Amino acid sequence: MIRMIVRRLLIGLFVMWGAASVIFIIVRAAPGDPVTVFLGPDASREQIDRLTAALGLDRPLYEQYVSYLGDVLRLDFGESYRLGRPAMEAVLERLPATIDLTLTATAIAVIAGLALGLLAGRRPGGAVDRVVSAATIALQSFPTFWVGIMLVLTFALGLRLLPSAGVGTPAHLVLPAVTLALPFTAIVARLTRSSITEAMSEPYVQTARSKGLTERQVLLGHALRNSLIPVVTIVGLQMGALMGGAVIVENVFAWPGLGSLVVGAVANRDYAVVQAVTLLIAGIVMVLNLAADVLYTRLDPRIRTEARS
Amino acid sequence: MGEPLTAPRATTAAPLLRADGLTVDLPAPGGGEPVRVVDGVTFDVPAGTTVGLIGESGSGKTMTALAVIGLLPERAATGGELAWRGENLLRPGTDWHRVRGHEIAMIFQDPLAALNPSLTIGRQVGEILRRAGRPRAEVRRAVADLLDRVGVPDPVRRMDAYPHELSGGLRQRAMIALALAGSPSLLLADEPTTALDVTVQARILRLLRSIQQEQGLAMLLVSHDLRVVAHVADEAVVMYAGRVAERGPAGATLRRPAHPYTRALVASVPAVRTRTALADPLPGAPATPANRPSGCAFHPRCSLARDRCRIEVPRTREVEPGRWSACHFAEEVIGS
Repeated sequence: MIRMIVRRLLIGLFVMWGAASVIFIIVRAAPGDPVTVFLGPDASREQIDRLTAALGLDRPLYEQYVSYLGDVLRLDFGESYRLGRPAMEAVLERLPATIDLTLTATAIAVIAGLALGLLAGRRPGGAVDRVVSAATIALQSFPTFWVGIMLVLTFALGLRLLPSAGVGTPAHLVLPAVTLALPFTAIVARLTRSSITEAMSEPYVQTARSKGLTERQVLLGHALRNSLIPVVTIVGLQMGALMGGAVIVENVFAWPGLGSLVVGAVANRDYAVVQAVTLLIAGIVMVLNLAADVLYTRLDPRIRTEARS
Repeated sequence: MGEPLTAPRATTAAPLLRADGLTVDLPAPGGGEPVRVVDGVTFDVPAGTTVGLIGESGSGKTMTALAVIGLLPERAATGGELAWRGENLLRPGTDWHRVRGHEIAMIFQDPLAALNPSLTIGRQVGEILRRAGRPRAEVRRAVADLLDRVGVPDPVRRMDAYPHELSGGLRQRAMIALALAGSPSLLLADEPTTALDVTVQARILRLLRSIQQEQGLAMLLVSHDLRVVAHVADEAVVMYAGRVAERGPAGATLRRPAHPYTRALVASVPAVRTRTALADPLPGAPATPANRPSGCAFHPRCSLARDRCRIEVPRTREVEPGRWSACHFAEEVIGS
C-alpha cells in the first residue's frame, strides 16, 4: 500500500512536469502578450522594449522555459505583473472560496446521485427508473453556464428566494454549488444505477435473500457496498473536472475563487498566475485520484490483498 | 459409490414438504406465450430425509428448488401446491422473511459467486443471528461454533477472512455454515459440489450427509450427477423437460429404473473402475420445456417408444409400493 502511494506520487511528479510544460507553451502560443495588454496600443517602442526586458520576455523561449522550471522546483511561481505580488500568493488567497464551492457541489452530487441511483436501480425499467434516467440525461446535456443562468432567473430574480451572485452568507453558496453539482449528480446517479442493477443480479444477492433478509437489507447491506467501488473512482476523477467547471460557474455567479482569478489572468496574459493556477489544480487532481484509489482498496478486500503483497 | 444409508422414516406424519402438481411459468425471452418450465411436479420431502432431484440442464430441477424457497425470477408465475408443514407456501400471504433461512435454507452451486466478496465470512455466516438481535460476542461464538461444525479449521481466525482468501472447499463449508446458521429444517442444495475439485467433492458430500443425519435435517439435493444422488439420497426424483419421470427410493430407482429415461441416465454414467471406458451416451439432445415433444416428452430419445407415447401424456402411476413412474410401459422397463 505504502509502495503503491509512493509510486503514484513519483508518477504524479512526472505529470506535474507535463502540465507545467503544456501550460507554459499554451499561454505563450496564444495571440497577444502581457506587454501590449499592459501598456495599451499607444505605447512607444522604447516603453515596450523596457517592459519586455523587465518581464524577461526578450530572452529566447528555451531560456525562459529552463528558468521557469528551475523556479517552480524551488516553489517560486513568479510574480504577477498585474497584481504586483507573487502569483501563488494571489492564487492561494482565492483557493478557499473554490474549495468551499467544489466540496459543497461534491457533497450535493454524491448524496443526491447515490439516492437517485439507488431509487432507480432498485427496479430497473420501473417508473422511478425511467424518470431518473430521463432527468439525468437532460442534466448532463445542458451546458453549465445556461443552467446557472436559468437557476438565477428562477430562484433569484423570479422567486426571490436566493441571492443571485456574490458571497457572504451560506445562501450565496446555494445557486453556484447546485449549478456545479447538477451534471455531476447525473453522472453519479447513472453510474450508481447501473452498478446497483448489476450487483442485484449477482449470486451473492440471492444468497442474502435466502437468509430471509428484506429487500432493503439486501440492497443496503449487500449490493450497495459492492456498487460503491466504481462510484468512488468516478467521484475522485470528476472532482478534477469539477474544478474546471468551477471556472465557468464562478464567473456566472461572481464567486471570488480561482475561476474568476484565472479568467482575468488569461484575458490580461498574466502568465505567472495562469501557470500557478494550472499547477495547483493539477496537484489537487493528482491527490484526489490517489485518494480515490486508496479508498477503493478499502472497499474491495480483493484489491487490498493484492496491494498488500 | 456406497449404498445410501436407509434412514428410519416416519410414514404416518405429513411430510415436511409436499410438492403437489407444482407448476412454474416463465415469460418467454422474446415475449409471447410463457414457458411452463416446471409442469405438474409432485414429490414429498419427509422430515429428516434426503431427496435427490435429478435431471439434465433444462429439466426444471433448479426452478423447482427456487420455488420452494420463494426465489424464482420476479416475473415467474406458480401453480399447484407447495405444502410446508401442511401450509401452502404459494398462497399470497406467505411471510418469506420468516421462512427463508429459518425454516428453509439454501446452498448454492458456486460458493465464490454466492458469497459477498466485500464482507468477511464471519459477518455473512452470522448475519442472520445478528439480524435476530443476538449480541455481538454471542454471535461471534456461535459463528465460530458453526464453522467448526462444518470442518473449517481454525474457525476464529477464518471468520475474519474474506471469501477470496479461502480455498474452494473451505468456501463451500462456509456456505453450509451460513445455511445452517438459522437452524432450518430443510436444506436445499443446488449442485453443491459441481464447482469444486473432484477430490473435495466427496468430502463436502460426506459433510452434508453427516450434518443431515446428526441434526435430523431434511435435504433436497439438486444434481445432474447420478453418483452424487446415489451417494447421499434416500429418495430420488428424476425430472425430464419440467416433469417428473419417476420417483421412489433412491437405491431401487437407480438399480432397477422404472422409466427409460432413468435407465438411459444410469447407462450413461461411466463406470470408473472398469476398462470399458465409454458408457452409452444418451442419444439426442434433451427436450426443453420451450419445445416439449407431444405425448411423453422423452419419446424422441426413447428406444421403447411406440405410437401411444407420441400421442398420450403418460399418467404418473404407482408401479411398485412407493415407486411412481410416468411411463406407459413402466412394468416392461422394470422387468427388463
